Formats: sequence, structure tokens, C-alpha cells
Amino acid sequence: MDSVLGVTYKGGVILAADQGNARSILMYQKNLDKITSLSGHTALACSGPHADVVNFSEFIAKNIKLYEFSKDGTVLSTHAQANYCRNELAKALRKGPYQVNNLLGGFDKKAGGSLYFLDYLASLQKVNFGAQGYCGHFCLSIMDRDWKEGLTKDEAVEIIKHCINEIHTRFLIAQPNFIIKNIDANGVEIVSFGEDPASA
Amino acid sequence: MSILEYNGGAMIAMAGKDCVGIASDNRLGIQLQTVATDFRKVFGLNDKLFVGLAGLASDVQTVHQILKFRQDLYELREEREMTPSVLSNLLSNLLYEKRFGPYFVEPIVAGLTKENKPFLSGMDLIGAPVYTDDFVVSGTCTGNLYGM
Repeated sequence: MDSVLGVTYKGGVILAADQGNARSILMYQKNLDKITSLSGHTALACSGPHADVVNFSEFIAKNIKLYEFSKDGTVLSTHAQANYCRNELAKALRKGPYQVNNLLGGFDKKAGGSLYFLDYLASLQKVNFGAQGYCGHFCLSIMDRDWKEGLTKDEAVEIIKHCINEIHTRFLIAQPNFIIKNIDANGVEIVSFGEDPASA
Repeated sequence: MSILEYNGGAMIAMAGKDCVGIASDNRLGIQLQTVATDFRKVFGLNDKLFVGLAGLASDVQTVHQILKFRQDLYELREEREMTPSVLSNLLSNLLYEKRFGPYFVEPIVAGLTKENKPFLSGMDLIGAPVYTDDFVVSGTCTGNLYGM
């Protein structure tokens, strides 16, 4: 039921995810942050059962950190990190699969902002914009219409806001809180949130 | 819902006079939803050898990685380029190794032999090969591609 969205622009990527943690008829939590920073210039927006989301994103983030430590500070490109995620998912697929659908966003000096669609079966594809979950049915057509080459950060955030608005209007499941993050040359920062993930 | 039809794809290869051609669609779908229109399913392993992989997108990518790895190992050990018939046989073998837990891909191999003669082969997901001298098809609309 999670909504995960991503839009690239000239100079970075915007990732957004709903903040709900629910199962069956219960809403456990409304301030969850499903977007994990993997490195200084990349983040993974992860949707699926909470256990798999946490296990997978922490596993990947720590391994990427380990690479940086062991290779004298060498930073992995977004493309490399995305392929690393894909390979871990593919390895686990026929053993004990992670049921996580991801959007991995990052900024590299040469490639600019890039977004990778990575589904639970380990299919990886670089895209200009993307959505995971039911929200795709509402939002992909909005992004098809509004996205173009050379967007600014504010225009990209506007597209995300259009999408969230559509989800609020038409999606059956109430998802009042969304967290939006921006990844650019300055790193990963929170643009806005519905409820502070740090609040107890 | 069949696993081989989950992502969708159409693949065809054909032989001509001293040449081969290979073509595929570029769609990556999740059942009825289109996720991307630039998904690569045909891979040029060298100047005279192409492999098209139709089926589950994740396995298309995994099998491509494994094939590239096996080709590199072969070329390091043999110090010569891999020919299409050798690759086709290698692919068939690696698919059958997973007989009871297969890769969900149905590959086609198109290339030119050492004498620059066309080579075509197709196989099913467990590596049963078919060698033809005219054309091979694979994917979710083989009926249409055959001409029905």
C-alpha cells in the first residue's frame, strides 16, 4: 500500500514516500521515513513490509559504507550502487526474497541526477521519473504529462506535489503524511514531511 | 499470470545472405503497466555475436551478466573470441543446470561463424536448443511473429 515517487531534474532527484506503517486494519505509525541515505549523494526509497524495508535498506547502506571504508574513501557512483542493490536482490530472490520495491536516486557530477527503478524481482531500469505501488496508477500519467528535460528543483517538487494531491483525492487508502527528499550536489536533504520522523 | 509473461517482450532474429539481423521491442512492463520504453533485451557480445533474451526482466539481466562473465573467462583462457555455436551451447548448458529452478528466459542467438556464415539458434527456458537457417522468434507474441 506504500506510495513511493521519484522525479529527476537538472542537477538532482526528488524522492517522496508516504509515512504510514500499517498492517491489516491497524495503523502502527504515521511518521515513518522510508527514504534511507545510502551515501552522501544517494538515497533509497523503499516500499514493502516494514521488516524487509528496514533489513534491506540498512544492509545495503552499511555495505556501501563498508566499501568506502575499505577502499580508502572511494565513493561508489549511483549506477554502481543501483547495480549492487540489484545483485543483492537477485541473489536473495531464489533463497529468501526481499519483498521490497525501490526507487534509488542519486547525484553524480558527470551523470547529474539519476533515478533507478528496482522492483522486488530485481529488474533494474534507469528512468526519468517513477512510482512504486498503487500510486503509479494515479501518478505516472501526471508525470508523463508534466516531466520534461531540464526541469528546475522547484518544478520537480511541484510535480511531486501534484502527484501527492492526486493520491489524496482519489486513492482509497488515506495517506495524509508524505516525506519529500532532495538529492543534489549538496547531498541528501529533507524538503518537507507530514510528521517529523524523529518525533517519539 | 505466467512468469514468462510478467514483463513482456517480443524477439526475432533472421538470416540473410552472409548476414543476420536481430530485433526486439524495448518495453519493460509490470503486467499491464508500462514502466519504461528503453529496456535493453538484445546484447552484442562481440562484433559477430548477439544474444536476445526474452522473459522475466530480472533474469534477462542476471543471465546477461552470467553470459558476459562466462564469455570473458573463455576468452581469457582460450585467447580467442567466442563463436556463436559455442555460446549457444554454453547458454543451453547453463540453463539446464537450473533444470528444477530455471531462469525464466527464452534466449535467441544470432551471429556469424568464423567463415562469416549466418548462425541462428533459439532455446526454451531449460536450454532445449533449435538450430534454423531462416529465422527464430521468442517472447510473448511468437504467434504474431510467426505470422498468425
